[in-house]
Amino acid sequence: MKLKQLESLLGDLQQFTDPKVELEQYPTGPHIASRMLYTAENSFGDVSDKVVADFGCGCGTLATAAALLGAERVIGIDIDPQSLEIALLNAEELELDIDFVQCDVKMLGWRGRFIDTIVMNPPFGTRKKGADMDFLRLALKVASQAVYSLHKTSTRDHVKKAALRDFDASSAEVLCELRYDVPQLYKFHKKKEVDIAVDLWRFVPKSNQGQRS
Amino acid sequence: MKLLTHNMLTSTVKGVVNGFPLRIEVEKTLEKQVDFSADFLRNLFYKVDWKALVEAAQTMGYAELPEEAPDSTVLESEDFLKKFHYALLELHLEEGNLVCPETGRKFPVTKGIPNMLLHEDEV
Repeated sequence: MKLKQLESLLGDLQQFTDPKVELEQYPTGPHIASRMLYTAENSFGDVSDKVVADFGCGCGTLATAAALLGAERVIGIDIDPQSLEIALLNAEELELDIDFVQCDVKMLGWRGRFIDTIVMNPPFGTRKKGADMDFLRLALKVASQAVYSLHKTSTRDHVKKAALRDFDASSAEVLCELRYDVPQLYKFHKKKEVDIAVDLWRFVPKSNQGQRS
Repeated sequence: MKLLTHNMLTSTVKGVVNGFPLRIEVEKTLEKQVDFSADFLRNLFYKVDWKALVEAAQTMGYAELPEEAPDSTVLESEDFLKKFHYALLELHLEEGNLVCPETGRKFPVTKGIPNMLLHEDEV
């Protein structure tokens, strides 16, 4: 599938109707989501024929992108039932087979090494400090091959240090810097739209270095 | 919910040691067709907890899988792979509960989505 085509399909997905500020629910825009998954597939081969999980999937944009790019199985995990309902509709609309689990990612009980790749747009940790790092810690525990994640560029040094030193990643690499459009979703947003700089990261979990299937 | 997902999920209620496998209470099952990939199944075979899969499939009314974990020679059998494929990927729990084996806590499955959320006093 071409990048343009992927972006256009993702642009048609239904997004949050009533976003919840405490969960930092911001839709992952089609521009960013398509580039994220396209890079994972075409530069690293981390999507097609793999088991891919989307942590904090919201309305399922990244999960959908993974399924469209030929992931063998896709699992979306989110704490919010309303988002999962929309995600399920989005998947059905495109006739994609995606499994969803309602769970707090922090409390996820996960057995075995089924998940190859995790893609996620975690909460940036602006409202609830450390939420972004909780996601990353868990993702690096569960994934056997790679973790793709978005983090604010302003936290780059912190993310790198935490991933390598605290979460045992064998590599942590910023693939590119992107502009994340945050539309005026919440009352506390004073400007109509702001864009913030975010990094697209690729992490490799240490315990599975070199293990490729 | 596929039994593949069931094979990964564990209960994390406070005080639980293993929390696996979750017992299944069936209200409604579904069959959903999934593309067959022999290579993918062969890969999964080594990761699946066999006993948990067999018991889950039986609870859902499917008893065609061997009770004891077969050795890897079965991976050459198309007949076996088809049964494995069906049990793991095509058989769905649409409505029902997953039950923590240690505490009995029920996790409801609605529209095929298991709700593993814990209350504050369970964390």
